[in-house]
Amino acid sequence: MSTLERDPREGMVQVLDEEGGVVGDVPALDDDELVEMYRNMKLARHFDTRAVSLQRQGRMGTYPPLSGQEGAQVGSAMALAEDDWMIPSYREHAAALVRGFGLTRTLRYWMGDERGNAPPEDANIFTVAVPIASQIPHATGMAWADKLKHGGNPENAYICYFGDGATSQGDFHEGLNFAGVFDTPNVFFCNNNQWAISVPRERQTASETLAQKAVAYGFEGVQVDGMDPLAVYKVTSEALEKAKSPAEGELRPTLIEAVQYRYGAHTTADDPSVYREDDEVERWKAKDPIPRMEKFLRNQGILDDERVDAIRESVEEEVAAAIEEAESSVRPDPSTMFDHVFEEMPSELAEQAEELAALREKYGDEAFLEE
Amino acid sequence: MSTQETEATQNLTLVQSVRDALATEMELDEDVLVMGEDVGKNGGVFRATEGLWKEFGEDRVIDTPLAESGIIGTAVGMAAMGLKPVPEIQFSGFMYPGFDQIVSHMSRLRTRSRSRFTLPMVLRAPYGGGIRAPEHHSESKEAFYAHEAGLKVVIPSTPYDTKGLLISAIRDPDPVVFLEPKLIYRAFRGDVPEGDYEVPIGEASVRREGSDVSVFTYGAMTRPSLEAAEELADEGIDAEVVDLRTVSPMDREAIVESFKKTGRACVVHEAPKTGGLAGEITATLQEEALLYQEAPVQRVTGYDVPYPLYAMEDYYMPNAARVADGIKDAVEF
Repeated sequence: MSTLERDPREGMVQVLDEEGGVVGDVPALDDDELVEMYRNMKLARHFDTRAVSLQRQGRMGTYPPLSGQEGAQVGSAMALAEDDWMIPSYREHAAALVRGFGLTRTLRYWMGDERGNAPPEDANIFTVAVPIASQIPHATGMAWADKLKHGGNPENAYICYFGDGATSQGDFHEGLNFAGVFDTPNVFFCNNNQWAISVPRERQTASETLAQKAVAYGFEGVQVDGMDPLAVYKVTSEALEKAKSPAEGELRPTLIEAVQYRYGAHTTADDPSVYREDDEVERWKAKDPIPRMEKFLRNQGILDDERVDAIRESVEEEVAAAIEEAESSVRPDPSTMFDHVFEEMPSELAEQAEELAALREKYGDEAFLEE
Repeated sequence: MSTQETEATQNLTLVQSVRDALATEMELDEDVLVMGEDVGKNGGVFRATEGLWKEFGEDRVIDTPLAESGIIGTAVGMAAMGLKPVPEIQFSGFMYPGFDQIVSHMSRLRTRSRSRFTLPMVLRAPYGGGIRAPEHHSESKEAFYAHEAGLKVVIPSTPYDTKGLLISAIRDPDPVVFLEPKLIYRAFRGDVPEGDYEVPIGEASVRREGSDVSVFTYGAMTRPSLEAAEELADEGIDAEVVDLRTVSPMDREAIVESFKKTGRACVVHEAPKTGGLAGEITATLQEEALLYQEAPVQRVTGYDVPYPLYAMEDYYMPNAARVADGIKDAVEF
């Protein structure tokens, strides 16, 4: 039986227990892929730690930390085929790096540089969405377009990420409802990290699980241990496969609820100690996806001290290089503010662009820049 | 941009020309699709999509669930993937549940993605009052959308323009909000070429030439403006009537040019006065043609009240008498 066919109230799909012991079917990944999964999580964790630090040092703007969510993000993103599409929220830095978005872009975005919002041309990843749940209808529309363009047989699957808070929004319901009605190749991936800023999951919904909401839209929902990257990989793979090739009478979309925890603040602008207890954080840290995966890989004889050290070093170098690149790049030219509003610039906008250019010419950029 | 006209014309109402534009463009471009509530089998509550479902099938004329944010949000996703969706919102008063999608995404995806993703979509809705409709069915909120950078906002006033402008909007690589004045959906007919042609977005049309005063208007208010101009001609006042056709980007050049000729202006719209586009036009004249100004610019608009139930709407909507009064104030200053 596919893990997707479980009753979403029966409990989570798991492959690894909290000690890294195998309790489910390990998905068919070769050793290199397993190590890559581990390395991606290490990279994301280190990136996140450094990003928070940069924000604290005033070198970056408000930033939403992801620590604790590496298992869900990396496990799911690695399940995508190259041409599948990812539609992120604003916390998917780890999933984005798996998709080739590049750490430098992520840093630039949170450093306020518009160029950080431009996905690379060769990567099927959509722009970051900040308004909660608003990207869900986009994902449905994108998947729907694929289906319409290919005579009802879509070529790719479309994974859309959002948090537990998003399930309270109208756009969650409208997006999933359209997906069910039009049977679109979507995977809706809910990162249930237990808190929507300061409001707990229990205040978002009276549903027993978030995954069971799928029942209302007529398709499958599955709850997975979001801090178990192998379990996440497994259910996401099955959901992506079904999106592209459903069995007779089966609907394409799936709602995945990945149960996990955000260790840090919602963003660097809030203080989680105000709304939650430290021992809660410690309880969840016992489920940390990275040591779980590491223990599993050591038990399998795939990792040893030497390789773990080498991975740690390469990850640190990669993050340092991305920070160096993001910080050393010159600011975007202010004139580009006007360049991407329309394909052809209307005359009144051109006049405003000229006005700014003339002011810069007249007073110099130092008249504008605060630093 | 040249306008290609075929020989054959048909005599259509404004709403029929909407349908004709959709059919014409769907025939020419298989990426174009129509979606919304009741647009399919029912042909739209105003019949703007009548028969398209039969002609193009349910994959191109799509009856959606009743969900405005879902309609606009999925259209954003479709357009990002290269389709050209033309979502219909049944009444502009119901655009608000989708407002977040319009202003947070439809208007700015190109900017946000540095042009990696663009949205060749047209959001259509009947707007405006005067048809004795229930509450929330008569509003004119074009200023919301004109205020939002990244959107073009088109409001036609004749069947000919409707077809040409809607075709231009569908071909436009950027998102367009296309507001249709439902008061004049069936008020009169006009000659509309059978083939495809474009009326360029962003260009005003001088509907009546005159030398004493400029009347700037658009949509359903074009007719009472012309009516007032004709009435006042008998009193020796020669009013020029300029129909903006696109309220964003606005044809400032045409506005200023007309004003330089007349030195007097009366701006007419049914939207509320405060924050309305008449203020924008007035400011433009201040900036660009102050020394030509012979009189204060008059604003003949709806009032700053929620659109009233229909027993009072005749007092709310500007009519020819009110427009004539505004023109006289400008001329007799």
